[in-house]
Amino acid sequence: MTSELLKAEEHPSDVFLRPGRIPHIWCPGCSLGSVTNVIIQAIKQSGIDSKKIAIISGIGCTGRAAGYLNFDSFHTTHGRAIPFAIGLSVTDPERKVIVISGDGDLASIGGNHLIHGARRNADITVICVNNFQYGMTGGQVGPTSYEGQFQTTAPYGNVEHPFDLPGLAYSCGATFVARWTALDVRRMKETIIEAILHKGFSFVEILGSCPTTYGRRNQLREGLEILENFRKRTVLQHGADPTKTEISKDGPIIVGKFVEIKDKSTLTDNLLKVQRIAKATKSRGL
Amino acid sequence: MSKTIQKEEDRTVLTGEYFTTGNLAAAEGALAAGCKFFGGYPITPSSEIAEHMSYRLPQVGGHFLQFEDEIASIVSILGASWGGWKSMTATSGPGYSLMLENIGLGIMTETPCVIINVQRGGPSTGLPTLVGQQDIQQTRWGSHGDYEVIALAPNSVQECFDLVIVAFNYAEKYRLPVTLLMDETLGHMSEKLIIPKKDDIKIINRKKPKDDPSSHLPYKADEDLVPPMATAGEGYRVITTGLTHDERGYPVLDAETQEKLLRRLINKIKKNKDDIILLEEYKLKDAELIIISFGISARASKGAIELARKKGIKVGLLRLITIWPFADEHIEKLAEKVDNILVVEINSGQVTREVQRAVKGKANVHGVLKHGGTIHTPEEILSEIERRVK
Amino acid sequence: MPRVEIRFAGFGGQGIGLLGRLMGEAIALYMEEKNAIMTQSYGPESRGGASSSDVVIDEGEIAYPKATHYDYLVVMSEEAYHKYIPNLKEGGTLFVEENLVILDDHAKKAGKILKIPATKIAEEIGSSLYANIAMLGFFCANTDIVSEDALKKVIREKVKARFVKNNLIAFEKGKNYKG
Repeated sequence: MTSELLKAEEHPSDVFLRPGRIPHIWCPGCSLGSVTNVIIQAIKQSGIDSKKIAIISGIGCTGRAAGYLNFDSFHTTHGRAIPFAIGLSVTDPERKVIVISGDGDLASIGGNHLIHGARRNADITVICVNNFQYGMTGGQVGPTSYEGQFQTTAPYGNVEHPFDLPGLAYSCGATFVARWTALDVRRMKETIIEAILHKGFSFVEILGSCPTTYGRRNQLREGLEILENFRKRTVLQHGADPTKTEISKDGPIIVGKFVEIKDKSTLTDNLLKVQRIAKATKSRGL
Repeated sequence: MSKTIQKEEDRTVLTGEYFTTGNLAAAEGALAAGCKFFGGYPITPSSEIAEHMSYRLPQVGGHFLQFEDEIASIVSILGASWGGWKSMTATSGPGYSLMLENIGLGIMTETPCVIINVQRGGPSTGLPTLVGQQDIQQTRWGSHGDYEVIALAPNSVQECFDLVIVAFNYAEKYRLPVTLLMDETLGHMSEKLIIPKKDDIKIINRKKPKDDPSSHLPYKADEDLVPPMATAGEGYRVITTGLTHDERGYPVLDAETQEKLLRRLINKIKKNKDDIILLEEYKLKDAELIIISFGISARASKGAIELARKKGIKVGLLRLITIWPFADEHIEKLAEKVDNILVVEINSGQVTREVQRAVKGKANVHGVLKHGGTIHTPEEILSEIERRVK
Repeated sequence: MPRVEIRFAGFGGQGIGLLGRLMGEAIALYMEEKNAIMTQSYGPESRGGASSSDVVIDEGEIAYPKATHYDYLVVMSEEAYHKYIPNLKEGGTLFVEENLVILDDHAKKAGKILKIPATKIAEEIGSSLYANIAMLGFFCANTDIVSEDALKKVIREKVKARFVKNNLIAFEKGKNYKG
């Protein structure tokens, strides 16, 4: 078979992007463009009716993803994507609600919603692009910054310990937990397909590259250098204990599908069960 | 073989007569309005609303969720509203404070929903179990930025039921979060409630788009300045953002877009004021002195008017059922008829200052004020009346 | 009938709120031409401490919802008696749980004092919890505010099914109690 160069006015993914919204605001060397593309491919290959997909974002660089994607999409306030997603998801059990947001948004200001969303086993997928700091606001230290990391509000190096997001999500009740780096596009796509088809709370952490406000303060000036650094340190370990996947400055980065629990009832299951009980209950008056 | 399909009993409107509390009446009013989702967090003195919704919503095919805080609660009802379900939350002062940022999101994204604030004494934790009316200005200006709101204040158990329905109707018609300003006394007191037949309840639902999804402009308003609202899942590729946006819903961060958007969001309320403002006039015809009040304070005021009229003092009442938008023009006209206006409220003068602004110097305005914990007695108000007419 | 104000008072756990609730509902829903409003003291505690509930009755619209000058004061604790006797109208009626309240000179303002050992009567039925309903029966028999039928109807509707029978017995005993 001879391969042919396709000539096209449009990119095959254009239909999944809002007309007139590209170019995006992301910097050269940022991995959000390729991560967004992977998410589009995953949604496409999941076979889910695109009308049933809803994308929710909070605030930040990753939070802009919702506005570019041509599905029902909701750009909410800082940290609040998850409760918005839960409210939307329970109105239609067939709806697939995907939260795409950053580590500062989901794990710091929205941390309470992340842990309670996981506890409920709410029927949503959370894709968290972790760039180890606050990018859009100018490179401040964040809840995923490792000790010694230099940021604009950590001029002497970060003095705090970071959250390990897969461990956090798992320990709070998430039933699907995975991590990939932005470099692992093929595996990332397979995992995201599984995550959005999963019943219950699925959490996928993507380690992203932010040369502009993270890399250049931490001897990783180019996006490629960050990805190269990920590649060197990556250890593939499916089924890894997510309580032992913490990321340090120079240590190994454990990636893979860590957790998949299929027999735990989801929030929607339980709400529908309550409806059946309530409908059979006699009114008690006022 | 034919199969008889048992029609599910409709339990949304519990037509009948009851002796119940304002909180329960408000919950039933929400159900009668078609509310199907409640996201909430327990807080005194509003908790009975959440408790009752947790019992009732699953009976009518809706969902109740208790969230981790009030922020999640308000955001969840915005999400549910975009799912096409009428949605509500209920809280009190501290919770309302936490909700404010996302009430702003609801205003910016033009999301219909209802928030009940059963007011207690503040600031801070204040008086959790005792009455206050101190969140009047917070409701108007509490979220950052510039905007118009709708807020209603019932003064009886019956009105808690009736006005929740009006609140939902306004929310749907004008596409914004509407606040019902109740108070602890009203929330907890019991009196007769008549729930009408379902067909006798006027319900307004949001306008739906009729155009082709491919050319649909989600924030292009009709003549009433309100755009039709698609729901997620209908193929319209719904888009919302808290950022300043154009008619496509795309963020456009410049002065021109901001000007256009804000003018419309503000004017859709301002220009429809006549439709939104509800007032009760009580014995105003011959009144030589006018009381302006709202909520539970209006009932104490009516008690005072009875006492005053027994003494031959002609006093009348203008009760603000709609607090926001404020009834400026109406109050200015009334001010032309009398020398003195008393404003009775349980705060340090939050409505008094609005009345002072509205009368444009045409009458003297005096606050009859308390700071919470108890409602005015008719005697207290009477002594102020006597002071002003001597 | 002009406006009538009743205050029920005792300590938390005696069912003071329920007393007001039953009285209010019986009047508002089943006594023609009469309106009623019930309010109650509302504090952070669920048990113990002072507790009170007010019922205001009138033929027309009731403007002010709270009781301030009681036509009837029903006290089921000593503390409640001392706290609220100053607000009993001159010549008003005082109902007393006689084993829990010692009256003093202040009671002289009452036009009528009616005493009942409500808790003792309730204990004979099996639990002091029925004392409030014994008091309600006693109140019903000695006033012309609310009909016996209306009160019994709301007891059947509002009290948990398994307690209805004993509450109705308590009501009868209270009603038939002669000082």
